[in-house]
Amino acid sequence: MDASVSTVAPLIAAAINAGTPLMLAALGLLINEKSGVVNLGAEGMMLVAAIVGFAVTVHSDSVTFGFLAGALSGMLLAGFFALMTVWLGTNQYATGLALSLFGAGASAYIGIDYVGNSLANSRFEIPLLADIPFLGTALFKQHPMVYLSLFLCAGVAWFLYRTRAGLVLRAVGESPSSAHSLGYDVRRIRLAALLFGGACCGLAGAFLSLVYTPLWVEGMVAGRGWIALALTTFATWRPARVLIGAYLFGGVTILTFHAQGLGVSIASQLLSMLPYLATIVVLVLISQNANWIKLNMPASLGKNFHPSR
Amino acid sequence: MLKLEPRPNPSALMSWMSPLLAVLLTVMCGVVLFAALGKSPLTGLSVFFLEPIKDLRGWSEVGLKIAPLLLIAVGLAICFRANVFNIGAEGQLVIGAVAGGAVALALDDGSRGGALLIAAAMAAGMAGGMAWAAITAYLRDRFNANEILVSLMLVYVAQLLLSYLVHGALRDPEGYGFPQSRLLSSEFLLPILVPQTRLHIGILIALLVSALGWIYLARSFSGFKLQVGGMAPLAARYAGFSARKSLWTSMLVCGALAGLAGTAEVLGPIGQLTPSVSPGYGFAAIIVAYVGRLHPIGVLFSSFIMALFYIGGELSQSRLGMPSAITGVFQGILLFSLLACDILIHYKLSWRK
Repeated sequence: MDASVSTVAPLIAAAINAGTPLMLAALGLLINEKSGVVNLGAEGMMLVAAIVGFAVTVHSDSVTFGFLAGALSGMLLAGFFALMTVWLGTNQYATGLALSLFGAGASAYIGIDYVGNSLANSRFEIPLLADIPFLGTALFKQHPMVYLSLFLCAGVAWFLYRTRAGLVLRAVGESPSSAHSLGYDVRRIRLAALLFGGACCGLAGAFLSLVYTPLWVEGMVAGRGWIALALTTFATWRPARVLIGAYLFGGVTILTFHAQGLGVSIASQLLSMLPYLATIVVLVLISQNANWIKLNMPASLGKNFHPSR
Repeated sequence: MLKLEPRPNPSALMSWMSPLLAVLLTVMCGVVLFAALGKSPLTGLSVFFLEPIKDLRGWSEVGLKIAPLLLIAVGLAICFRANVFNIGAEGQLVIGAVAGGAVALALDDGSRGGALLIAAAMAAGMAGGMAWAAITAYLRDRFNANEILVSLMLVYVAQLLLSYLVHGALRDPEGYGFPQSRLLSSEFLLPILVPQTRLHIGILIALLVSALGWIYLARSFSGFKLQVGGMAPLAARYAGFSARKSLWTSMLVCGALAGLAGTAEVLGPIGQLTPSVSPGYGFAAIIVAYVGRLHPIGVLFSSFIMALFYIGGELSQSRLGMPSAITGVFQGILLFSLLACDILIHYKLSWRK
């Protein structure tokens, strides 16, 4: 194995690993936004799911239970968000922000007893494929959740553009009143979308504390929920572009870790700024063309709908 | 069944009552939470609402927390009224602390000090906060970039920048390698208001700002234009009020106030630059602004409540053996409660079969 293969392949693997939580969360948020709801609570849901998943795994010794618990906790919070915004008609932005603040506090509170615990670093590989030179290391030694997230991405794309239910969901996001007058229950559809989004954010949070780190540190999601929100805009609400964007950001994150190893002598704090700065740059580039955003953005995004009005 | 019925007109009474109800609801959630965790709810209540204000020292600590919350919340009230969703005040605070702290450290050679130099440091802090806010305003204005996400991303960047500086350029060379600057000499600290306490004149500045904020929003043409732009953008455009001007004004004012709050923390209770200059004041102030009805005087009341939450959280660690993170939980619950209670402005509850 020559030098470039032995250094580049693990970097690609790490970038995919780092991009996976972003993709999971962004796919969930994409479905939310396609139904017309912005949930700024992504960061909070991910934090709570990260500690809940971690705690359950510590006690049950099962990563699967951890992921399930993470997804459930995300759904629970998303369900509460749906009750507030969809049924009680509270402002989506303020409610999401409240969820993020609450999640930060609640996760720190729950997590006090778990600081310093760590999980066994488990290794996975796909038989045969993992033995392929270069590609084996780069692609086929990931945690099963990474492959699951790829299926999820394909599934979301198929659902949105190839199924009737996906068409209805998009209709609700574009024009809830038309969907309502055709007899669709806008509120239930939005609830379903939000629950799915909560589950995805939950999986993303659990991935961070169970696979990526794997330990619990207060505030460990470190803005990934917000970056995932930016990703949906970056992807102009297309699942395939979410995938590209997530891995791109995963790559940026990994580069910051490995830059010193590659001979770049910049302080770690400055390198750690990169994903956040990249998010800003991406938002600026994509938002410049207001018409293009308007064309792709679900028309009712952020606006509440009440059937009697 | 309990039903929500639309009111013919929004209720003015409820719009005043809702913040009080929200606080009450949060307290009730707290009682339930304490009981569920096997702590005495009564002790919990007294830790949060009686102990912090039982003596002069307690009041002074509350005042110390009110100052930054009030300053930032007035700025945020102006932003939110202009429909500019700046949620990155924490970053503007941090950069203000860096700029103000760096200038104070540069000026402080141990032999001078005094009001003029302190004022220079405060001005630098305000300029720092404004500059940080200006990034968000510029990207929103010029490139239409979402101010929620940009201002929030800049919080992380600001915190990393502070960490970088206290690990490097601003680190105390005689500090045994600890990531913090040297202590400012006492001539550079804000004058103490009440002897034997930490309460400094920041609280007076904050009260003055809150009064000025009220005059700006309620009595000035510029403030009027800004609010029309927030409430009815089309009407504002028809009247020829510039949306860009509102964006820039509100962001710069908020940045300056957050920067001032940050500098006052460094020149006040902290006395040096450390990797963490704020326990989330910039985020808590968002809640303070909403609970205070985005009113520069209303935020006086809500910043008092929020200050109690902060101190209650610290006390519950020593008195009840509960982590101080409980403050964050209550902050979230308070905003949820407010949003829920606000429904009663437009709807009334009624029983129907």
